[in-house]
Amino acid sequence: MEEKKLFTVSIYTENNVGLLNRISAIFQRRKINIESINSSVSEIDHVSRWTIVVEISEEQMRKIIGQIEKQVEVIKAFYHTDDETIYQESCLFKIKSELLFEERQIQNIIKESNARIVTVNRDFFVLEKSGRKSEVELLYRELKPFGIMQFVRSGRIAVTKDEMKITKMLEAFASA
Amino acid sequence: METQTAQNQLGATSKKERISGSEAVVRCLLAEGVDTLYGYPGGAIMPVYDELYKYQDKLHHVLTRHEQGAAHAAQGYARISGKVGVAMATSGPGATNLITGIADAQIDSTPIVCITGQVGSHLLGSDAFQETDIVGISTPVTKWNHQITRASEIPEVFAKAFYIAKSGRPGPVLIDITKDAQFEEFDFEYKKCTGIRSYTPAPKTDPSTVEKAAELINSAKKPLLVWGQGIILGEAETELKAVVEKAGIPAAWTILGASALPSSHPLNVGMVGMHGNYAPNKLTNECDVLIAVGMRFDDRVTGNLATYAKQAKIIHFEIDPAEVDKNVKTDVAVLGNAKESLQLLLPLLNKNSHEAWHQQFKDLYTIEFEKVINNDLNPSKEGMTMGEVLKQINAQTQGEAAIVSDVGQHQMIACRYAQFNQTKSNITSGGLGTMGFALPAAIGAKMAAPQREVIAIIGDGGYQMTIQELGTIFQTKVPIKIVVLNNNFLGMVRQWQQLFFDKRYASTELINPDFVQIAKGYYIDAKKVTQREDLEGSIKEMLQHEGPYFLEVIVEKEDNVFPMIPTGASVSDIRLS
Repeated sequence: MEEKKLFTVSIYTENNVGLLNRISAIFQRRKINIESINSSVSEIDHVSRWTIVVEISEEQMRKIIGQIEKQVEVIKAFYHTDDETIYQESCLFKIKSELLFEERQIQNIIKESNARIVTVNRDFFVLEKSGRKSEVELLYRELKPFGIMQFVRSGRIAVTKDEMKITKMLEAFASA
Repeated sequence: METQTAQNQLGATSKKERISGSEAVVRCLLAEGVDTLYGYPGGAIMPVYDELYKYQDKLHHVLTRHEQGAAHAAQGYARISGKVGVAMATSGPGATNLITGIADAQIDSTPIVCITGQVGSHLLGSDAFQETDIVGISTPVTKWNHQITRASEIPEVFAKAFYIAKSGRPGPVLIDITKDAQFEEFDFEYKKCTGIRSYTPAPKTDPSTVEKAAELINSAKKPLLVWGQGIILGEAETELKAVVEKAGIPAAWTILGASALPSSHPLNVGMVGMHGNYAPNKLTNECDVLIAVGMRFDDRVTGNLATYAKQAKIIHFEIDPAEVDKNVKTDVAVLGNAKESLQLLLPLLNKNSHEAWHQQFKDLYTIEFEKVINNDLNPSKEGMTMGEVLKQINAQTQGEAAIVSDVGQHQMIACRYAQFNQTKSNITSGGLGTMGFALPAAIGAKMAAPQREVIAIIGDGGYQMTIQELGTIFQTKVPIKIVVLNNNFLGMVRQWQQLFFDKRYASTELINPDFVQIAKGYYIDAKKVTQREDLEGSIKEMLQHEGPYFLEVIVEKEDNVFPMIPTGASVSDIRLS
């Protein structure tokens, strides 16, 4: 078996109901676990962009990109390694407000981690941190001993170092 | 042509007309040139059926006896004609019953459009009566699907559906229409679809890849070409013939490629794969250049991939980029439509004959003939073989018939021995291996090509999976010929039990009803043959009969199909016994 690697899959699609099903089915059929998935608008009007993270062999990755691109409503799909992308995740911590005033160390952790306080009220405060997964995880480990009321982390979002020539592709279709 | 005129009058319109969604469905079908569709009514599709009633002189709706039959009939229609087949069903169970046929069409690249009714849009997600998420269920087995909740979506979605089903690598499309969208009135206007920005039907062929392919073929000492259904779907039969004749390449076929080159052509060296011919399988592992055209290296074709054609340079002519390097690593991939890429290849090829190489195929054929073929076609034992039935059919139809086979031993025998003079003559369920395919598929095939002799060859197991379609045959009087090769076994499974499970025949023996009585119950003329001396005359009688006819042939109970590549073995380890 070829070595497994972490890949970021970027997919440009039409914005249609049911496409999530169609794309996730491609992974499900091959019993591949999706590490994270994110869907949003893209730099092009009316075109959606998906960011999916999976850990599989490159051979498998290449074949799956073929299957994804084959879907009628997929405009283009790419895969990249971590070195080829700039990527971020975001997380939110909900923590008791009293800790913020009583535990001096928490204030230091927040300062050093470049986390941002989103809101503070009498009962709790919310801390937001964006960064790489390892940074988010470090912050989680540091705050855990004090007690975390709620924690949530987003899927990865990523842009590539290389250009993606989607706009040109779509322009070529429109002028044909 | 009456239907053509109808299309022009009722199909594409330039000015808008206020009509209901259900009438629009019928008008879209007419605009796409549909003359026949197969289906079964029910609550959620009733408004469309009401319009079909009004348009019955222009659009022939065939009532099947089960929705699976409707899907397979649409497939048979598409496979023999190259046109898009259409099936229709109601919501819930009607829709789910289509799924086997849709999955079959997906894996065998058959262009069909399935239309299902759906509960009213205000009821979606409420677990309403006969509500099922058919778009969700059909997603992994359709090329495209879409749910319509507003009548105004109908023209564009139908135009896209037909375009997607037929273009590029064809496949099934499902359109789900809520009942309220069928009732809703809107301003109808139809425009055919000519392109979708996110979809490239066929990649453009890169001439440099064709040049590389030609170089490899010209320098080959032992080239072998294996073609698949891509030749038939791409209508590249003439180009294939020209290429193999000019370069003198022995050419073999996959089960779905059968009939693209006449069986009698001297360069046709037979079928590859699990029950294919001895020579092309064995010599796959001896050729120096393997030219795959419009085929996808299915596991039933390749056997063990680790030992498949490792000595050869591989050239793959393919329309679907996802198939390239999927199973077999290629040296040269030529993307694009087979017709166009073979046209580019032809002038670059040197004339050649490869006589010594051909002799190797002939020598291996002789071995196969002595050990297998002769016993199948000219048996000396008492019981009849499936092979001799095929031999009789060949002799009496002179290879002009379209053979629609089901799945199992009889299918392998039919594909091995049927003689084909014309293309689109072998209609069978290849990828999915769907028992019950043949009877309804034969109905669709005969209706799409009434001028052709259509013979369904079915085992006693598969026959009983869609036997109720005898009702459709009786009602429509479609003159197909049905041959059931009865060995009172699920023969292929029994063969595996004999070879790999120590003859433990778990649930493979069938206690069958009186098939002749059943056919006669549907007022279909029928006969049973138990003796060899009656075979020739009975087939003659069947072929001369004007309407539909059922012929049951009792064959040897425990015959096996050989040659055989056991699962996991190499193509060159093909067994003759």
